[in-house]
Amino acid sequence: MTTVAAPPTSSAGQYRLTDEQLLLRETLHDLADERIAPRAAEIDRSGEFPEDIRQLLARHDVLALPFPERFGGVGGDLLTQCVAIEQIARADTTSSLILTVQGLGSLPILLGGTEEQQGRFIPDLASGAKLVAFALTEPEAGSDAGATRTRAVRDGDSYVIDGTKRFITNGSVASLITVFAVTDPEARTSKRLSCFAVEVPSEGFKVNRLEHKLGIRGSPTAELSFDGVRVPVENRIGEEGDGWKLAMGTFDRSRPGIAAQAVGIAQGALDAAVAYARDRKQFGQRIGDFQMIQAMLADMDARIEAARQVTYKACVEIEAGAPDGARWASIAKLIAGDTAMAVTTDAVQVFGGYGYTDDFPVERMMRDAKITQLYEGTQQVQRLVIARALLGKGG
Amino acid sequence: MPLNIVVLAKPVPDPAAAAEKLGPDNRLDRSASPSVINGNDEYTLEAALQLVEAHGGEVTLLAMAPAGGAETLRKGLAMGATRGVLVTDPALAGSDAWSTAKVLAAVLKDLQFDLVLAGFDTSDGVGGVVGAAVATLLKLPYLSSAAAIEPNPDAGTVRVRRISGSGFDVLEAKTPALIVGTQLLGAPRYPSLKGIMGARSKEVSQRSLADLGLQADGSDAVGGGAARTEVSARRTPPARGAATVVRGSAGEAAKAIVALLAERRLV
Repeated sequence: MTTVAAPPTSSAGQYRLTDEQLLLRETLHDLADERIAPRAAEIDRSGEFPEDIRQLLARHDVLALPFPERFGGVGGDLLTQCVAIEQIARADTTSSLILTVQGLGSLPILLGGTEEQQGRFIPDLASGAKLVAFALTEPEAGSDAGATRTRAVRDGDSYVIDGTKRFITNGSVASLITVFAVTDPEARTSKRLSCFAVEVPSEGFKVNRLEHKLGIRGSPTAELSFDGVRVPVENRIGEEGDGWKLAMGTFDRSRPGIAAQAVGIAQGALDAAVAYARDRKQFGQRIGDFQMIQAMLADMDARIEAARQVTYKACVEIEAGAPDGARWASIAKLIAGDTAMAVTTDAVQVFGGYGYTDDFPVERMMRDAKITQLYEGTQQVQRLVIARALLGKGG
Repeated sequence: MPLNIVVLAKPVPDPAAAAEKLGPDNRLDRSASPSVINGNDEYTLEAALQLVEAHGGEVTLLAMAPAGGAETLRKGLAMGATRGVLVTDPALAGSDAWSTAKVLAAVLKDLQFDLVLAGFDTSDGVGGVVGAAVATLLKLPYLSSAAAIEPNPDAGTVRVRRISGSGFDVLEAKTPALIVGTQLLGAPRYPSLKGIMGARSKEVSQRSLADLGLQADGSDAVGGGAARTEVSARRTPPARGAATVVRGSAGEAAKAIVALLAERRLV
């Protein structure tokens, strides 16, 4: 009996980056190595927002990546954006956050804004002329975003916003802030919130303070107060009550970006550890010749590659509109965030005592890695999302 | 008057990958390493892009390489070149500099151009003679070691500042002309992301030997079989001794370096 083999099916297109994405990766790899990495230690030390890096990213159209071409963007899909974030984060987490948050803050507008609103707001964001921030978290509403207290009350042709937002990345440097506020306190959680594009400066808007943080020290994390801030009805994104849906839809697309950032931080730490293991001699040989170091480096590489692949896969699933997009986003961030923390900690170990000093970048990377386990949903919230996908809402 | 510039852009093994390998015939195994546009050619490409930004016109990349070279040229298109022309033919594997020059000259005969720019040399062959040979074959004015290029399209001339032992020579020639550039022309740009996305829609046309009316055998042959040079032996250069790193302020470092050189009777 003869069997006829089925023709081989090529899956290459599904499992490899396109030539375009490879060229983009190579370009940003070089740009980050040559122009961003040399600034990273100083950005961390001074804690100042790196305006020069924002301009560099704008000039090379990096900030245009998340936006459609008709608004001056580059039209990069989620995977392409993540490839870019990863390369910048390899050199400096703070700098990668400029691109990450430009995407995060504008997502409610891209997801729920009218063509008119997108035409009004997006071109300045795509050119990098203006920065945007995303304001959901509050002092008493962190993981429990449903507990949001900031109020928006309709008054004629405008809304009046009152409340406080906390931990708002780029909140002090953004010219536009997508703010989530309660419009119907009586409604169930998923219908209580609405989203507003607040232009800065606005009467009654104030930056209360900036946080002093363990890592991402050049990225301003602001507490913002809204004291009777008037926003025209034309700046409401989506319908009244759409806020929750827009925020959750935003996270489905923004969490892979944090995963990519985590992968980038981890890769940067591994690259530094490998270079050190090649160079550093103890007991008359390179420390990379010791099997204990080799095993650590191999484990780091394997974990990073696994995190990278799940992140890329999540991007493709979400872009394809998979019904379990939220699950993919959470899995990617959970795996990648934990990988970044573990790998950067091991990188410090490879450096020994030197790794604990700021003569080498790995201690900064270790401090930066921690945030990827915290923001855009803690690792516990990611597990909650995944468990709900498994067990249903009541789980 | 817009300028039409052809930039010779050779795909070479990526030096950053450090994966260059020689085959058993002592020729470079071009499949062993990812390929990039030759570093010096990126400098002349940058000069060409700046010239067409100032004067208008188009930049065409020209390469002779295996078929994968089309993808390598894509970076040049992303930097801003208008189109690419790739000569690729199995018979060209193992070509020497003379064959390469004849092939490139044959393509140039079909192209309209004011200037041809060539890099100082290539990081794989390091011959640095192809530019001069192409100029000779096409009877073009040859301006070498350019640190600056100043065309006057209305007059149909070009001026070049050529590095010399004592500074610069200023050369002027009628266009079309062939110019060999140096890194003093200025560092190449990074492709912008819009450039990368736009490069997809730019054309890289491929030509075979037959398309150019050239042959791989006979009295006027080109390609590996007609190579007039061969690699007779190979040797790994001796390992370099440990480097001395001089630290300190510029003034202190300069003194220390002079002292080191004096110790070796080099100054």
